[in-house]
Amino acid sequence: MSFAASERSAPYWLAGPALLVFLGLVIIPLGMTVLLSFYDWGQYKGIVPEFTLKNWIEIATDSYFFEVFLRTFRISILVTLACVLIGVPEAYILNRMSPGWRSVCLLVVIGPLLVSVVARTLGWALLLGSNGLVNQGLMALGLITTPLEFMFTETGVVIALTHVLIPFMILSVWASLQRLDPQVENAAASLGAGFFTIWRRVILPQVVPGILSGAIIVFALAASAFASPAIIGGRRLKVAATLAYDEFLNTLNWPLGAAVAVLLLVALVLIIVGSNRLVERRYAQVFE
Amino acid sequence: MKRNGALALVFHLAFVVFMLAPLAIVCIVAFTPEGYLSLPTRGPSLRWFKAIFGYPEFLRAFYDSLWLAALSSTIAIGLAVPAALAIARYRFPGREAMTALFMSPLMVPHVVLGIAFLRFFTQIGLSGTFTGLVLSHVIVILPFALRLVLAASYGIDRRIEHAAISLGADTMTAFRRVTLPLILPGVVSGWLLAAINSFDEVTMTVFIASPATVTLPVRMFLYIQDNIDPLIAAVSACLIALTAGLLLALDRLYGLDRLFVGSGKG
Amino acid sequence: MSHLVLEGLCKSYGAAVAVEALDLKVERGEFVSLLGPSGCGKTTTLQMIAGFVGVDRGRILLDGGDLASVPPAKRGLGIVFQSYALFPHMTVAENIAFGLEMRGIGKAEREQRTLDAMALVGLKGFAERYPRRMSGGQQQRVALARALVIKPALLLLDEPLSNLDAKLREEMQGELRQIQRSVGTTTILVTHDQHEAMALSDRIVVMNHGRVEQIGAPDTVYGQPATAFVANFLGKTNTLAAMGDGAGQVDVLGFRVPLAGAPAGPVSIAVRPERLTLAEGGFPARIKSRVFQGSHWLLGAESEAGTLLLMRPNDGMPVPAEGEAVKIAFAPADAALLTEGKAP
Repeated sequence: MSFAASERSAPYWLAGPALLVFLGLVIIPLGMTVLLSFYDWGQYKGIVPEFTLKNWIEIATDSYFFEVFLRTFRISILVTLACVLIGVPEAYILNRMSPGWRSVCLLVVIGPLLVSVVARTLGWALLLGSNGLVNQGLMALGLITTPLEFMFTETGVVIALTHVLIPFMILSVWASLQRLDPQVENAAASLGAGFFTIWRRVILPQVVPGILSGAIIVFALAASAFASPAIIGGRRLKVAATLAYDEFLNTLNWPLGAAVAVLLLVALVLIIVGSNRLVERRYAQVFE
Repeated sequence: MKRNGALALVFHLAFVVFMLAPLAIVCIVAFTPEGYLSLPTRGPSLRWFKAIFGYPEFLRAFYDSLWLAALSSTIAIGLAVPAALAIARYRFPGREAMTALFMSPLMVPHVVLGIAFLRFFTQIGLSGTFTGLVLSHVIVILPFALRLVLAASYGIDRRIEHAAISLGADTMTAFRRVTLPLILPGVVSGWLLAAINSFDEVTMTVFIASPATVTLPVRMFLYIQDNIDPLIAAVSACLIALTAGLLLALDRLYGLDRLFVGSGKG
Repeated sequence: MSHLVLEGLCKSYGAAVAVEALDLKVERGEFVSLLGPSGCGKTTTLQMIAGFVGVDRGRILLDGGDLASVPPAKRGLGIVFQSYALFPHMTVAENIAFGLEMRGIGKAEREQRTLDAMALVGLKGFAERYPRRMSGGQQQRVALARALVIKPALLLLDEPLSNLDAKLREEMQGELRQIQRSVGTTTILVTHDQHEAMALSDRIVVMNHGRVEQIGAPDTVYGQPATAFVANFLGKTNTLAAMGDGAGQVDVLGFRVPLAGAPAGPVSIAVRPERLTLAEGGFPARIKSRVFQGSHWLLGAESEAGTLLLMRPNDGMPVPAEGEAVKIAFAPADAALLTEGKAP
């Protein structure tokens, strides 16, 4: 085989092993899960491999599932908003720091990303409990008289998830800030623009793609988050992920759990692909 | 560029507190001498750290997690290096689709993956086995390894390899002597990042772990579901310290900005 | 037998033809340049000789043997890449010794030959340096030494000097020529720089759109361009419309010029600016522009044959002013007949 001919088949040989593993361990299991969502299940008979729309009809008609998915997306939107509002200014501040300070602060931003979600959420459970530091502090300041309920509430889940996911937003915005020519800001200032005008007319339009791609990541991860809602939300404040977990490991109704999971996956893929399209079409000229 | 103003610094300070507070509180509570959750007002005590040794399930889960992380990230990097070279260097039919497939575990919720693996492993008899854990972890951490190796591979001039071949090196020799040394920083960081992600994974693992094979985060998660006490804070504090050490190593090795922002300078 | 023979070499990328029916014979020890604009197929030709690009049709013969079945690693060619393609993680000595190591040559001989190669290219004392810490010119020398140390059958140079600044490039041209002469390796140079090709080569192959326009010694190609493309690509030229009588003479503005092989009917002839002279008895023209260029003046003149470019040496003789009427002439031997397309 000549060099040129072997060059043509080379990529398939190189990527072949990974490709086989992924076909066998991603495509097949996901396909089986989709199938499973159409299987029948009974308390005593277990999983029956007969085609039925029972699970899907249950999800579509029982308002409980609607409520859970609504809560999941409500939490995700709030977390995304919080990440934008805190993350964008923080990324801008980080970008303006001297390199030495920046690398220290970057450790603070990225560090928690690598710490186990369980440990981080435990921290929030300690902080947000009715005897936690947050409530004690607020009461000491005289802002409240009785402890606020954070544990087992959506507010608590939003706070913990914002902490978990905000690094993704900052990194995404920071990446687009780095592409920004620092002279542009000076150019705008030399033309007589004030700080807020520069922000609104010059900087923001250029980092919007970064914000949007960060928002997509944060939203997707928030909607599929499991450990934080499970620990802070407790057993009663269910989101889609914890609901699927319950169906699988407590109720043992696998087909219904699979249907919940498949619905979550499909909804997320539609949202991600849709918003990616939107971002790419709207900002194609900025990306080029 | 202008410096940050006072307002910006106050905002930044508040942000740093927000980021570090939950980690700090865990570490502080871990040093309490009391038998219940409280700040160590009577001075720090190592009581709960010593107590960890009375719970062998935590220690075993820790070792299992280490093993799992080392094994699965090694397999993942072994698959990722050739795949990254294929994607970085060649234009071939199916290239885009293949890349999307390799990156898909980042987009598919881990709950869904956990369910999919549970179903799959139950069917083929791998349910609750260590092999099952390793296979599933390879899948979820491969995107991290692939991304870093890919970034390193894109940076190499193809002609450097052609030069080696023109000088008489066969393909394997050219890879071993020229290509691999050039992408090595990406390979090492990719391995490390993959290992960290494997070590931290909880959402998917909680579905496929069995009492015989439980990872540390899953063990902690299950423990917290029952009750929260200083013991779990002590375990978490150890984990935080370990991660901090790794983080510093990673920063030295590769530079965190390059690792996470991708197109960073340096 | 010629050392290297390219026979009817063809290469296309999809619908785009990169090289079309290229024929070339290179003698042992010869220095041949493939010259042309980017996209003319010169680099593809080099890559086919090296074996990195497959051949669609045609043959490459080295010492009479077909290279088609020989993988690039076994061809034993020395290549200097445009980017130098040095191994950044190896020292200069390790870079140069790599090819010897691949050939399984013992340590002692390897070291000796590496030292010799470094001396040849003037890099004594740089053995432990890393490429990153060297200037462009020095890296170039390392690349050359690395290619030469394996005593290659052929030396292939792919735009080797294009990353150097003008002054260094000129220096390296002289040195490259001298080194090539001393080792006597048959060399193929790919370049888009006409000066480089003319300064270095025994013969130049001018290529355009994948086809050979002309093959010849530098002075022949310059003085007697075969086609309009060659005339225009190598230096400045004047193209004049003429009428052939079919009997070895053409008519230019009423002057009869003997030109062997000229067909009957309208033809184009080329005359270099430095071969046009101001002389009584020539055809009339008017000076439109005058630009001083140090060693010479460049004059633009309007005539019935169109705008002409003349070169006047700065030799102390008076130079006509803008707007002045002059007479322009040229020697018949300085006129070249241009044909369209491929050279005969």
